Amino acid sequence: MTDWLATIAVILGVVLCLLSAVGVVRMPDVYMRLQVASKASSLGIALLMLGVALHFGELSVTIRALLVLIFLFLTAPVSAHVIGRAAYIARTPLAVGTTPDDLDGAYDAETGRLSGIDDRPAQAAEPPARADDSGIIGS
Amino acid sequence: MMGRIEGVPDTIIELAMVALAVAIVLAFLRLVRGPSLMDRVTSLELIATLVAGTVAVYAVGADDPALIDVAIVLALVAFLGAVAFARYAELRERS
Repeated sequence: MTDWLATIAVILGVVLCLLSAVGVVRMPDVYMRLQVASKASSLGIALLMLGVALHFGELSVTIRALLVLIFLFLTAPVSAHVIGRAAYIARTPLAVGTTPDDLDGAYDAETGRLSGIDDRPAQAAEPPARADDSGIIGS
Repeated sequence: MMGRIEGVPDTIIELAMVALAVAIVLAFLRLVRGPSLMDRVTSLELIATLVAGTVAVYAVGADDPALIDVAIVLALVAFLGAVAFARYAELRERS
């Protein structure tokens, strides 16, 4: 029974990995590609590691498979965020038809800090609603 | 209905390796075509993740639990590379 479960986990994991690679080729812009590359392959590796743990059935192997998972689940979102942020600051164009762009004008060009949505240049005439709340807004 | 099997069948392991190889080739296609630097960083990270998956499948096929450590190291190194690349690109863009 365990062998069947391990086989199914390996098959599903490999299919998800393949789908994420197909998505990286097919998706129209960087941001969508990032989404596919980080999420689908994370779940694919998770299933593969589940297959490994089930196949060996030893405590030491299970702990190491879990370790891979923890590393991956901690690092994949962080690196996707950092790459997406760098792509946006480098003004990589969005796919045609992406509306609305909520970050438009929200990044300070020199410091790279994200200023509050309330005081982007287009709305500068109105006083910012929460200018004193934190150091982030109006940096 | 389901017969007994000993471990994961060899056919499944071979098909999984082929599928992962195809996935790596597809990610490499995006690495070559770009168009932006961040596309390339994305596909490099995906390739590292897929290689970690290949190592895991191989560990199951070869019945060798020591190979899982390789997957751990690959997952960590891929993260460091992606963050360093993105940081570099962001700083270059700002200055």
